Amino acid sequence: MSVLTTETPAAARDWTAVCPGALLAAERGAAVLLPGGEQAAVFRSAAGELFAVSNIDPFTGAAVMARGIMGDRAGEPTVASPLLKHVFSLRTGLPLDGEGPGLATYPVRERDGRVEVGAADGPAGGAL
Amino acid sequence: MARLIVIGNGMAGHRLVDTLTRADTDRAWQVTVIGEEPRPAYDRVALSSYFDGASEDDLLLGDLSGRADQRLAERVTAIDRERRTVTTDTGTTLAYDALVLATGSTPFIPPVPGADLPGCHPYRTIEDLEAITASAEGATTGAVIGGGLLGLEAANALRLLGLDTHVVELAPHLMPAQVDQGAGALLARMVADLGVTAHTGTATSAVTAGPHGRASGLDLGETTLPADVVVFSAGIRPRDDLARRAGLDLGPRGGAAVDDACRTSDPHIYAVGECASHNGTVYGLVAPANAMADTAADRLLGGTAAFTGADTSTKLKLMGVDVASFGDAHGRGEQGALDVVVNDAASRRYAKLVVSDDATRLLGGVLVGDASAYGTLRALVGRELPGDPLELISPASSGAGAGPAALPDDAQICSCNAVTKGDIAAAIHDGACDVPDLKKATCAGTSCGSCVPMLKTLLADAGVEQSKALCEHFAHSRADLMEIVRATGITTFSDLIARHGTGRGCDVCKPAVASILASLGNGHILAGEQAGLQDTNDHFLANMQRNGTYSVVPRIPGGEITPERLIVIGEVAREFGLYTKITGAQRIDLLGARVEQLPAVWARLVDAGFESGHAYGKALRTVKSCVGSTWCRYGVQDSVTMAIDLELRYRGLRSPHKLKGAVSGCARECAEARGKDFGVIATDKGWNLYVGGNGGFTPRHAELLASDLDSATLVRYLDRFLMYYIRTADRLQRTAAWIESLDGGLERLREVVVDDALGIAADLEADMAAHIDGYADEWRGVLEDPDKLARFVSFANAPDTPDPTISFDTVRDQPVPSAPVPLGMPEPATAATAVEA
Repeated sequence: MSVLTTETPAAARDWTAVCPGALLAAERGAAVLLPGGEQAAVFRSAAGELFAVSNIDPFTGAAVMARGIMGDRAGEPTVASPLLKHVFSLRTGLPLDGEGPGLATYPVRERDGRVEVGAADGPAGGAL
Repeated sequence: MARLIVIGNGMAGHRLVDTLTRADTDRAWQVTVIGEEPRPAYDRVALSSYFDGASEDDLLLGDLSGRADQRLAERVTAIDRERRTVTTDTGTTLAYDALVLATGSTPFIPPVPGADLPGCHPYRTIEDLEAITASAEGATTGAVIGGGLLGLEAANALRLLGLDTHVVELAPHLMPAQVDQGAGALLARMVADLGVTAHTGTATSAVTAGPHGRASGLDLGETTLPADVVVFSAGIRPRDDLARRAGLDLGPRGGAAVDDACRTSDPHIYAVGECASHNGTVYGLVAPANAMADTAADRLLGGTAAFTGADTSTKLKLMGVDVASFGDAHGRGEQGALDVVVNDAASRRYAKLVVSDDATRLLGGVLVGDASAYGTLRALVGRELPGDPLELISPASSGAGAGPAALPDDAQICSCNAVTKGDIAAAIHDGACDVPDLKKATCAGTSCGSCVPMLKTLLADAGVEQSKALCEHFAHSRADLMEIVRATGITTFSDLIARHGTGRGCDVCKPAVASILASLGNGHILAGEQAGLQDTNDHFLANMQRNGTYSVVPRIPGGEITPERLIVIGEVAREFGLYTKITGAQRIDLLGARVEQLPAVWARLVDAGFESGHAYGKALRTVKSCVGSTWCRYGVQDSVTMAIDLELRYRGLRSPHKLKGAVSGCARECAEARGKDFGVIATDKGWNLYVGGNGGFTPRHAELLASDLDSATLVRYLDRFLMYYIRTADRLQRTAAWIESLDGGLERLREVVVDDALGIAADLEADMAAHIDGYADEWRGVLEDPDKLARFVSFANAPDTPDPTISFDTVRDQPVPSAPVPLGMPEPATAATAVEA
């Protein structure tokens, strides 16, 4: 059993345009609403790399990850939940402070000046 | 259950009951405490702090309710040892299986004529203090008879009551029980600096009466002294009348004679504290009383603890003067003992070591003016000296010769909690790497704190690197980064981390740097790159709650609010459906606003003249006040105006941690100012400034920094104190911990803030002036800037769609977050904004 299983088939990858690229400033997250009511937190690193993870903090159930601080740990891009400060890898969604649930990750890309998010890759590394 | 009766509810009685009931996990004893005073047990040692702003409640010792039946304002009149009962003045008779006498002592009032005149008082109970305060009203002069430890405390009390104060001591110098002639002479000079005149080698032959029949002076034989208030502090006499009448054996100088088990000549009766005589000695200090109480408690529970006499070493601060005495301070216990003395009258410092005749062992000593070596020296008593005794007390070598490195493993480092150097070393070996770790592992340094510098030295000696690195991105402490930013003029995080750090930062260093940049006045905290550095609370200028909504706290300076504004807050709460609660800091918290609602909520509030309350920031929160002299019949200053002035002066000030203040209009302290980072308490001459208080996990009372200040000086000292804190404290270090971390603690802070020892006062004041000039309301700044407003959306692709995971239940007619979705459950897919329960 995993936290964030959805019924979206991962194979048929539909992309949802979520915002103009200019709206997503470096190292500041944005929450986006996906079809079916899921929420993702989208980030852009200073180097321009894009990341999308579930917006739901798995430790509290609150939809707040986009409002967390982006950073890095030994080069790994991270986001810290603003609630209880758990830190997650933005690449894998895995928690970096020991055991616990992780964040689902989403494919994300920039096309024609728009940020697009795909269907979930699934829960982080089967951490549960 | 066996019945234990404790007669006397002073410090010894309280300690016994506390120790016994904590250890008595099988509930073997049903405990009754009978005390004649009308209140629960209080800290008699701290009595004089009553005149320094402490309230009765501050002095109370730990609550015993639930653990013992406390019969207050009741006095035991007789003990019937045959039937094992006690009778009290209410006519009640109670049976016991074991009885503890903890009746303490009475002050000795010398039999001089006039000692019973109105205006003459003992110095022992809170009632005595109240009577002294009443006598001091309208009086101008005061005298204390007795220049011992307690006498000097009493003299300080009279001084704080504004009296011209004299101390009369029969012995040739002050504190004859603890210190020698040389130390006593220095002490006399040092109290004279504070305006207290000592008359030593002087007997009082009478208290003389004035025209109204009240005390008006002392007849000292050859001279006279004016004294409207006379306090007797000429020693104590054990209260042994009950023991005497019950036929128990007494000591040669009074007191119920006890053995090493603290048991009297009746095996069912114990005696502890000042009413007991052990090997002919009646101890008048709290440490031996505690040791006796612990012994008796252990014996009552079947243990084998023994009291074999007590170390009467003491270290205290009298009127700001450090005085310590340890071991055999007078060299009376050993033939041929030698004195090694440093007496530096110019720098007000006296130190004496008593050593064995061959100068190899330390027997005792006395320190006045600078007692920093007390911890090490006390631990060395009875041991071989690590080197030349003079080295140990000469100022040049302090820290070197007298360092804890010289101590053997079984030497006590923390005498309050009996922690040895070996215990500390073991804790360090087990991974303790800073002082808080050591405190947790060993309890060392958790009582009086005087061993904390030694703990730091032991850590350093053990080679434990005290890493100051903020996080993996900066090898600097917050204070270092502050200096770098000040020196280089760097204004962005990117620039700082590129030049002085590594990587891209994290949730530790980003907000810390954001705070530094804000403290140094770098514009709006959401301007440009700074926005991405802020914790979410600062980022959205509101406090995030458990369900991702925010609370809104408008500033209400000093807690004063007009009905019109109060109505606006009510209307806003009603319109946006916000949960409303009065906070502990005299303002109003509106909870449950979604991120996209915040601008609309604040537009209404800003319109009505409200500003951000910075409840979300590591910044000045509030300056609480009582109604002060404007309304209160006791108030002596206008505390509300002062609180509002201070809150408006420091609003928006970003700091290493949150900052709280309060102003009380009189010594009754209704604003609880001593629980704040800075507390101001009115006196009839001006204001007393306290610093370093806080509530929370580890509550702390603020300590007096300066007294009787006029308003301008108060503000100047506060400017310096706050800016010095902001410049030098660690990340998330509150003022109490920061002061503790300063080398020299509160004394050092006073040197910097009051005496300008570093010559930076003008600079600190200029920084504060710049802050005040640069202040602008953050919320108004957001509402006026479309770029900043654009951040306040629920979703980038659906800005006005409320977060579907947020829902509320109704409790007592108000919305509260619905119970969180349990982990492992799919999130709700409905898009309802609110689900009514």
